[in-house]
Amino acid sequence: MPFHTHRLPNGLQVVGEVLPSARSVSVGFFVRTGSRDETPPEAGVSHFLEHMVFKGTPTRTALDVNLHFDRIGANYNAYTSEEVTCYYAAVLPEYLPQATDILADILRPSLRDDDFATEKQVILEEIKMYEDSPGSEAWDKGRRLYYGGHPLGNTILGSTASVTALTPQAMRAYFDRRYVAPNLLVSVAGNFDWPAFCAMLDQKCGQWTTADAPRGHLTETAGAGGTHSHTKDATTQEHVLLFSPGPPAESPLRYVAATLAVALGDDSGSRLHWELVDPGHVESASCGTDQNQASGVTVTSFSCDPAMAAENLATARTLLADVQRDGLTAEELTQAKNKIASRVVRASERPGGRMRAIAASWMYLAEYSDVDAELARFDAVSLGTIRECLDRYPLDQPTTFGYGPLATL
Amino acid sequence: MTHRKDARVAASTQYQHTLSNGLTLLAERMDHVRSASMYVLVPAGYTHEPADRPGLAGLFTELLTRGAGDRDSRALSLALDNLGCDRSESVGPFNVILSAGTLARNLSAVLPLYADILRRPHLPVDELEPCQELALQDLLGLEDSPQERVMLELKARYYPAPYGRNRYGTADGLTAVTPADVRGLYQRRVRANGAILSVAGAVNWPRLKAQVEELLGDWEGGADPAPRPGSFAPTSTHLHKDTQQTQVSLAFPSVPLTHPDYYAARGAVGVLSGGMSARLFTEVREKRGLCYSVYASHDSVKDVAAVVGYAGTRADRAQETLDVMAAEFRKLPAGVSGDELDRVKAALKTTLVMQQESTAARAGSMAGDWFHLGRVRPVEEVRAAVDGLTVDAVSDHARRFPADKLTVVTLGPDPLTVPD
Repeated sequence: MPFHTHRLPNGLQVVGEVLPSARSVSVGFFVRTGSRDETPPEAGVSHFLEHMVFKGTPTRTALDVNLHFDRIGANYNAYTSEEVTCYYAAVLPEYLPQATDILADILRPSLRDDDFATEKQVILEEIKMYEDSPGSEAWDKGRRLYYGGHPLGNTILGSTASVTALTPQAMRAYFDRRYVAPNLLVSVAGNFDWPAFCAMLDQKCGQWTTADAPRGHLTETAGAGGTHSHTKDATTQEHVLLFSPGPPAESPLRYVAATLAVALGDDSGSRLHWELVDPGHVESASCGTDQNQASGVTVTSFSCDPAMAAENLATARTLLADVQRDGLTAEELTQAKNKIASRVVRASERPGGRMRAIAASWMYLAEYSDVDAELARFDAVSLGTIRECLDRYPLDQPTTFGYGPLATL
Repeated sequence: MTHRKDARVAASTQYQHTLSNGLTLLAERMDHVRSASMYVLVPAGYTHEPADRPGLAGLFTELLTRGAGDRDSRALSLALDNLGCDRSESVGPFNVILSAGTLARNLSAVLPLYADILRRPHLPVDELEPCQELALQDLLGLEDSPQERVMLELKARYYPAPYGRNRYGTADGLTAVTPADVRGLYQRRVRANGAILSVAGAVNWPRLKAQVEELLGDWEGGADPAPRPGSFAPTSTHLHKDTQQTQVSLAFPSVPLTHPDYYAARGAVGVLSGGMSARLFTEVREKRGLCYSVYASHDSVKDVAAVVGYAGTRADRAQETLDVMAAEFRKLPAGVSGDELDRVKAALKTTLVMQQESTAARAGSMAGDWFHLGRVRPVEEVRAAVDGLTVDAVSDHARRFPADKLTVVTLGPDPLTVPD
């Protein structure tokens, strides 16, 4: 068995998969925190903190952090989602100790005031950049609408006002609350030595504080319902999103919902493709699942010439109603499963893919799945489980949101 | 049918075979993978479009998979999906690029479908109009993507015609395309000579070679030579748009892959924008907080190359951003440090190794090498070239290709002043 786990006395969890044939190794530090864990005055702090983590420690300046990663040729970055903030690096095997040393160090950042002020400007630019990107704005505003008061509707970036008002003190308080050892998971996959890796983490992270980091609002939501529009001048395309409830990340039905989404809205050969993309009625159309702890959502979306939005929306609604009533055909199910099997295998061929997969499996289920186990779960999806998923999470009463030139859909 | 001699490329598991009709088959056997990735390049890219039909190549690419052999559009799509093909069809300046990734055990069933697409596409007349509508919506959508748009506008003004074209075409060009234009492009350009098929992954070379000979050995050659670019006169401009951010893009001359200075050029770009400790990110974002996104990269269209730079920033800080970027570009001839160059080398070597873990990356890289160089660079050769880079070579290159004359295209509320 190439899979290993280790837990530090302070509660930091470590998981790893050794792939002796790999030419590289990927390591990620996953913090179970994101925009859903922010109070309203903290809006945007998770993502801002993710930037500040790269700004250095008592022994490394911001430039040092970048220099030290670059000297070992690391592919490194970080991202923030609604509920996970991840810091990762992919390196050649001989550089894993250095990469781990840098990551473990920066995860206890100094959060210096002058760096905070400079980086705030960068974050405000990032917010402006997304304001010029209607597809991204539509997604943020649509989620807010669907989730209503549920914190999963919080935007990751926060707003210009909330980020402007954030203080270093508020960020430190958030850090102290969320970046405690039991709330982190370290995942590593590729060509590396497991005992040496664990020994290093024991040494570098053993002193991290331990505390509970509970998360509120672990509830599903059926969505706000209804049809809504946000008019945005000076845009050319109408973005239409239909949000339906979906299984949460820890539900066995997530495999079913993901398979359903491929049949409904994959790039090729899906119902949305044939109904909307192939005839040229839209610029693009897709269906995807977004699975979070205790709550999931299935989003069907398209963007098109505003003049065609009403007709396309009618088509999309008919399609969702058809699937809700009749499920998929056996042929569609086979087709979706064949595509997914190929994707699962190919994604697993790089250490980064395995590093993320074992982290997700452990974070949500505290279990390990190798590639074949993952394949078997998709293979087990049947017309019966599709029916079960549709009954539990109906697609045909979505919360509909339009963003673009139109006043109403 | 005569075959050219079978060549083993270097002492690796790379293989190459040129069929008598001019089609090149490339393969790399990768151990420890279950997948295979395939790239097909056929010389029907957008530089081959007639001058009054910008967008024809994109329409042609969209139509190419809408039915082939004895399968209509839906049957073909279903067959590929059932073989687990994650595929994409795109158009570049010189080639239509078909790529597919799948489980290696399905490869022998996938290849006949691609042979149908290449040799027996239906190019259905009644589907041209939907494809035109799709392409027009794509073009419209570009208006909502200021970052992508400004880079296309920069390249249109930097590269000589027809290299400066792009895949979107124009509304007039797209509307004017007729079924005869589509058929004509196919007949003129989708030929065996100049086409490249590369496969990487868990492949069996003798079996692959025999199957490709059987499927494509009697495909006709005879494509015309590629068009030559006209005169070279880059121009700068500002494009007005009421956006939150001003998009800043700039370019100056560099060298293509075929040039002896190529690795030195990559070294110079790496010093500017290789990692987060590189000059642009450090000066523009880390020290001054001027923007979220700033980068420079090496770009080329066959034998014409550039270093292109990009930043997006609030209108009131755009001039300072452009000034700082231009200053960094112009500082390069003053030389680079050993530590900077070491970081660039480390990044290039990591990229090289990680590429070897990806069947898609290897298949794409082999096809690209063959197109540009007429051979596949062994990994050892690239590694040695990177290792051999010196501070003097990179600095000398920067002096030979200084950023004196910048081509600058901006998009946003207010025009900027191009620094002298």
